[in-house]
Amino acid sequence: MLGVMDSFQATIDADGRIEPRDAMPEGYRKTLIRQIAQHAHSEIIGMQPEGNWISRAPSLRRKAILMAKVQDEAGHGLYLYAAAETLGVDRADLLDLLHAGKQKYSSIFNYPTLTWADIGAIGWLVDGAAIVNQVPLCRCSYGPYARAMVRVCKEESFHQRQGFEILHTLCNGTPAQKEMAQDALNRWWWPSLMMFGPPDASSTHSEQSMAWGIKRHSNDELRQRFVDMTVPQADVLGIRVPDDELTYDEATGRYSFTQPDFAELYEVVKGNGPCNQERLAHRVKAHEDGAWVREAAAAYAEKQAKKMQGSAA
Amino acid sequence: MTEGAKRAPIEPLWEVFVRSRRGLSHVHVGSLHAPDATMALRNARDVYTRRQEGVSIWVVPATDITASSPDEKDEFFDPAADKVYRHPTFYQVPEGVEHL
Ligand SMILES: [Fe+2]
Ligand SMILES: [Fe+2]
Repeated sequence: MLGVMDSFQATIDADGRIEPRDAMPEGYRKTLIRQIAQHAHSEIIGMQPEGNWISRAPSLRRKAILMAKVQDEAGHGLYLYAAAETLGVDRADLLDLLHAGKQKYSSIFNYPTLTWADIGAIGWLVDGAAIVNQVPLCRCSYGPYARAMVRVCKEESFHQRQGFEILHTLCNGTPAQKEMAQDALNRWWWPSLMMFGPPDASSTHSEQSMAWGIKRHSNDELRQRFVDMTVPQADVLGIRVPDDELTYDEATGRYSFTQPDFAELYEVVKGNGPCNQERLAHRVKAHEDGAWVREAAAAYAEKQAKKMQGSAA
Repeated sequence: MTEGAKRAPIEPLWEVFVRSRRGLSHVHVGSLHAPDATMALRNARDVYTRRQEGVSIWVVPATDITASSPDEKDEFFDPAADKVYRHPTFYQVPEGVEHL
């Protein structure tokens, strides 16, 4: 008879999906919890840099769009926390770990949004990079994570387009507006390349995650895909990717480009980015300020339940 | 940080089912936490039907669902495994017979 772990491996080998109550190696469960939690935290922390501009959006149209986008990110967080919970953890515990700095979120959100063009750059580059990372996750071996990613990816494409549209408008505006778009690209280009993680040679979790079907492509492969996709879009905008070494290889149809400064990535991961403290403090404050709402809702639910019991008796 | 801010009572988990349009059945789309059924429905609307994905929503307390166990799936579904004659493809149809 097959052991439980044999059936896990057989499912993985057949490119099948693992579902919540299936037997799975402890390492597989732990890796998924860490990754899905980090992903969920990124979605909700990611609301902050953009939320910063909702009240200052240049028109009602832009404001409505930005609110819808930020609301989507909250939804993404929820899908992902729910997926993590199917692995036997509580969302409340994951939030505690985030607030205590014991679990990470994507380093990209530790950079500030200085101008309106940054909102365009985030949608275009950051959501663009997220899409490149997330599309392969729709085929992740863990069913609930893959299904959450399908929903997320469907919603992301509007995020990227609205960002591109913001920059396209600025690039066809006054010279000062175009300059603002260029400045945003200059600042967001390198952190966006870092979103794919360390280079393959020094990526710690990659190999096992690939074997388990959690990860489908290497960090460097995805980074390359992002550059190939994005550079022609910058050409359409008429702004310049800030890389002097960027060249197009006719033979392969790919760009060769300068790698980002990974020492900077490690510093930001360690907590030394421009906005780490601000982001976490804001998150903790929002959570604490919302406590009375959760308490009131719980008290109301309890009262209603008692009433029901009373009328049933 | 007060104890209350840190950990309000854990809200029950609800499974969410959405009917995407009339004529189709409700399909499981995910789950969420809410203190009661009314809030669960409202949250489900805001989270799972922001783009008109549904015309009707069910929310069910996750603890009320009884599920078959993945460990015994072989024995549990065994009775169906050796009854190929339940499928029309099991039968040979003579050449030339139509509408069968
Ligand atoms: Fe998102
Ligand atoms: Fe997004």
